[in-house]
Amino acid sequence: MAKVTMTVNGKEHSGEAEGRTLLVDFIRGELGLTGTHVGCDTSQCGACVVHVNGESVKSCSVFAQACDGATVATIEGMQNDDGTLGVLQAAFQEHHGLQCGFCTPGMVMSASELLKVNASPTEEEIREGLKGNICRCTGYHNIVKAVQSAAATMAGAAQAAE
Amino acid sequence: MPKDGGIGASVVRREDTRFLKGKGRYTDDMNRPGQTYAYILRSSLAHATLNNIDTAAASAAPGVIRVFTGADITAAELGGVPCGWQITDKHGEPMKEPAHPILAVGKVRHVGDPIAVVVAETYDEARDAAELIDIDMTDLAAVVDMRTAETSGNQVHEEAPDNVCYDWELGDKEGTDAAFANAHHVTTLEFINNRLVANPMEPRCAIGEYDENDDNYTLYTTSQNPHVIRLLMGAFVLSIPEHKLRVYAPDVGGGFGSKIYHYAEEAFVTWASKEIRRPIKWTADRSEAFISDAHGRDHVTKAELALDAEGKFLGLRADTYANMGAYLSTFAPCVPTWLHATLLAGQYTTPMVHARVRAMFTNTVPVDAYRGAGRPEATYLLERIINKAAQEMGLDQAEIRRRNFIRTFPYDTPVALQYDTGDYDATLNAVMETADYAGFEARRAESASRGKLRGIGLSCYIEACGIAPSALVGALGARAGLYEAATIRVNPTGSVSVMTGAHSHGQGHETTFAQVVSDALGIPADQIDIIHGDTDKIPFGMGTYGSRSLAVGGSAIVKAVDKVVAKGKKIAAHLLEAAESDIIFEDGQYKVAGTDKAKAFAEVSLAAYVPHNYPIDEIEPGLEETAFYDPKNFTYPAGSYLCEVEVDPETGKVEIVAMTASDDFGNIVNPMIVEGQVHGGLAQGIGQALLENCAYDEHGQLVSGSFMDYAMPLAVDLPNFVVETVEGTPCTHNPLGVKGCGEAGAIGSPPALINAVVDAIKGYGIDHIDMPATPLNVWTAIQNASAKQAAE
Amino acid sequence: MYAFDLARPADLASAVTSLQTEGAQALSGGQTLIPVLKQRLSQPSVLVDLSGIDSMKGIRRAGEFLIIGGGTTHGTVAGSAEVASAIPAIASLASKIGDPQVRNRGTIGGSVANNDPAACYPSAVIALGATVETNKREIAAEDFFQGLYTTSLEEGEIVTAVKFPIPVAATYQKFEQPASRFSLTSVFLAKMGDGSVRVGVTGAGADGVFRHAGLEAALSADFSAAAVDGVAVDAGMMSNDLHATPEYRAHLVKVMTKRAIAALS
Repeated sequence: MAKVTMTVNGKEHSGEAEGRTLLVDFIRGELGLTGTHVGCDTSQCGACVVHVNGESVKSCSVFAQACDGATVATIEGMQNDDGTLGVLQAAFQEHHGLQCGFCTPGMVMSASELLKVNASPTEEEIREGLKGNICRCTGYHNIVKAVQSAAATMAGAAQAAE
Repeated sequence: MPKDGGIGASVVRREDTRFLKGKGRYTDDMNRPGQTYAYILRSSLAHATLNNIDTAAASAAPGVIRVFTGADITAAELGGVPCGWQITDKHGEPMKEPAHPILAVGKVRHVGDPIAVVVAETYDEARDAAELIDIDMTDLAAVVDMRTAETSGNQVHEEAPDNVCYDWELGDKEGTDAAFANAHHVTTLEFINNRLVANPMEPRCAIGEYDENDDNYTLYTTSQNPHVIRLLMGAFVLSIPEHKLRVYAPDVGGGFGSKIYHYAEEAFVTWASKEIRRPIKWTADRSEAFISDAHGRDHVTKAELALDAEGKFLGLRADTYANMGAYLSTFAPCVPTWLHATLLAGQYTTPMVHARVRAMFTNTVPVDAYRGAGRPEATYLLERIINKAAQEMGLDQAEIRRRNFIRTFPYDTPVALQYDTGDYDATLNAVMETADYAGFEARRAESASRGKLRGIGLSCYIEACGIAPSALVGALGARAGLYEAATIRVNPTGSVSVMTGAHSHGQGHETTFAQVVSDALGIPADQIDIIHGDTDKIPFGMGTYGSRSLAVGGSAIVKAVDKVVAKGKKIAAHLLEAAESDIIFEDGQYKVAGTDKAKAFAEVSLAAYVPHNYPIDEIEPGLEETAFYDPKNFTYPAGSYLCEVEVDPETGKVEIVAMTASDDFGNIVNPMIVEGQVHGGLAQGIGQALLENCAYDEHGQLVSGSFMDYAMPLAVDLPNFVVETVEGTPCTHNPLGVKGCGEAGAIGSPPALINAVVDAIKGYGIDHIDMPATPLNVWTAIQNASAKQAAE
Repeated sequence: MYAFDLARPADLASAVTSLQTEGAQALSGGQTLIPVLKQRLSQPSVLVDLSGIDSMKGIRRAGEFLIIGGGTTHGTVAGSAEVASAIPAIASLASKIGDPQVRNRGTIGGSVANNDPAACYPSAVIALGATVETNKREIAAEDFFQGLYTTSLEEGEIVTAVKFPIPVAATYQKFEQPASRFSLTSVFLAKMGDGSVRVGVTGAGADGVFRHAGLEAALSADFSAAAVDGVAVDAGMMSNDLHATPEYRAHLVKVMTKRAIAALS
């Protein structure tokens, strides 16, 4: 066991982790942030995607101790400060980009990085960008729409700010 | 009510807010005080005798509280995992129904069969200790291929010497044979309906908790139907009466059928939590899910279609082997029979149909309903053989169907169903226009100019859902009724709590049901809460599957609302000093007809709870009503799907260029959600047809035991879908006129896709390819056909 | 996973020391190793996390070579302007590995050291005749890969960099396994400065990554699809599984090679 400290959604958290403790188990178990999910054991489904030091990673394939000192963002940190849904989250709701909701946190976290890297992705780029996330409910159609819509909203907001 | 909130409006889902914030509450998100963790040691062999299990070292390992084996289960005299449906075979004998112990006793019968459970302080300690369990097993030859199971000489169960669970038939055999004797043309098709794994993204989880103060048990579980679990587990496995057992299924991350069934793990954690006097949590990982969740489909069928010279269907024969796996899962026996053979008329007037189904035991994971359950298999059978017949007779795939459509309703099929309503031309016309069927040949030529083979495939499906009339299913072998229940609790200030027996695990009931109630009571949806999933809160319920939630559960809600309004009228009549017969209820107001006198819904509700001025001699205070709704018939959604593909002849890779769905779901409450349900169904249907294949080797080892080998559809594999609903034919026998939409996409799409693939490669002389049409399978089919052509 | 200690050395020397512990194993991006550990197929006593060693990260061009640090992630390679200008096929290859999250963690060093028969990188390493640099020595690609999951790395030896000769032109043609999205059969084809053509094949071989001498000879003489048609690719050396027969893999070697030729023409 070792003490692990990380900044999660802007707040510093500490907890105990074994060498084999995965980041996802630390987030869910030690920190009680259960929005990050586990849907597979082969680093494929992406239900566990979080951002570590600004990059999206599968938290089931990173050790907690390896994130000592890191800055981590999870789905719980994606809403606006007033508690309303952020642009991307709101787009998922508006376009019915989720059904059972289990893959949704990872999907939002991956889409968030996708839009950070590429502010106006094509449909093909969105589908490629979500290759690490499996959704069994939606057929992805409305997820793609949601990401497109969020990109347009963000572009509009950026333009308005200029 | 304005249409931005009631029936017919695409209201965004209220449940999304918590899911999008990471505040969903799934079973594994919950932890109980003093909770322990179970790790299940499962068989790595498909078929073996269990000689000895030595748990001494494991029991002494750090953190271990107790190790359980089948001997503990036997000593406690627990029941086995029950089956909820009994099929009577063609000789009038009941199906073979071998015991299904919670933990293996004497023998293991499939890879994944649970042998022992370690309960420890942490999951890792439980799993570490499980490595110390020493099992002495004798490997036995496995029964894997259901086609040879009867004669393999090896037995999965003593009770079934030839591994046949039942040999069942439906329809007029002699009449069908006569129809074939007079046929102008007979088309034959032998095919596989591939075994699938449902793979909801949330793996199963169960927490058992015993409260010794009240001698109560609580099971938190990933279930589509908590009351069914309470009934099956309480009555048949653990002998716990309902009032001592609470089953709670909170947010559930998808089910698709695989979370209908009562599983051994649920019974184990519930029972053992009393043994150790601490809560026990078990959570599957994905690898475990592959070998412990019930699988789906897995039929091998020989079908024959008799036609006259004009392409009219005269008769259909189907002979199916259906894999049950090693044990009978909850609804397994009814899937290939009453949910499959009864759909073999499809949208067509085929006068004679005969189906034979042999259900086989094999040393594989149990097989049960998966999205569509029997109906996808029936639709695939029909829609594939029709295309093969059209190909053989030189008929257009749409034209041959038009020549056979049912056009008068109600229509009694030769396979036991009565279709109440439908308009199959409407959906076919719509899909052909939307997908530009007429312009296909030009697109085919354009693809050919790029070296690609383009094909177009049609499928016209019908399904029977809104499951199901209790008396009917009882006569067919169901061991439960399939009604639904709802309670409308009007609170004193006029807000409403709706308790429904349906369970939402992605379907959006919290939104849709609120729309229905909002419309009926004329109050805003935000004053309505939908409560589901908890047997302590809900009067009763049979849960969600078979596209039944709105058609059956929604109808129960409507019936309960009707009772509320009827009582409200009595109260309003008193308050308004009018005759009850003069009170009408509209737009949230009780009005005296022909006057401007009215009382608002909330005023009447308050009067019911503060009965100072109240017809107390006539009616009781309070305003809460419960209704049970038992459907009179199934509902019959139907539609036409067109799929267009491009095949790369060099690699065999199939790309879906277009997938267009036209459905008749009757009345629609929330078009956005309906469209989303179709999208999801399409994705799973495409998955079956193109990617997914649950494969066993000859030793009964699961070859596709993880996402590394079991191909799940990703965003890159799927096209944008074109989904439209025609102005439909409302269901004639439920109060909402709704039919159900959850399974349609998974039923209609596989044959459309395979028909398209075959159309693309028919130039090689190919008239069939089995699912999934993977690059390997398509390339191999082309190679074989080319070699055959070269030889001719 | 079995229990183990996680060591997080900040420099190569400490990593080498840590790896001398009995039962120690190196961990790079972990995208393949961690799933293996979850299945309890490996039981290290110490897992030495190399991701904190900055000297192993980075990309630089040195004359006629492109040198990629062993700890450089696929995402970094895919997005690198240096790689795009020197050997764009390597950037393209890296962009086709796994998914964005896997690319953010997985590294070239981990990929070549693991020598998964369906991994993408080994085909480029072998086709370009790259040199694998370790903390001890330089190993020629031909000597490095020794069959399925096997390399000439010694116990405790760490891949610190891969040094790629810059070809005249190269391309990577990937055909994915439908489930894992690893290579089912993929071809890395390079035209070298000396006029030779080299063909690295991954995903197909029963013994892992290989160069195809027949294709190389034919294409060095005549760089055309027609030349491919005349070459026999032996199904007997291909692997067999649920997703592809040896015959199909042998066929795909030729198809992917032709596509590579088309991409470079």
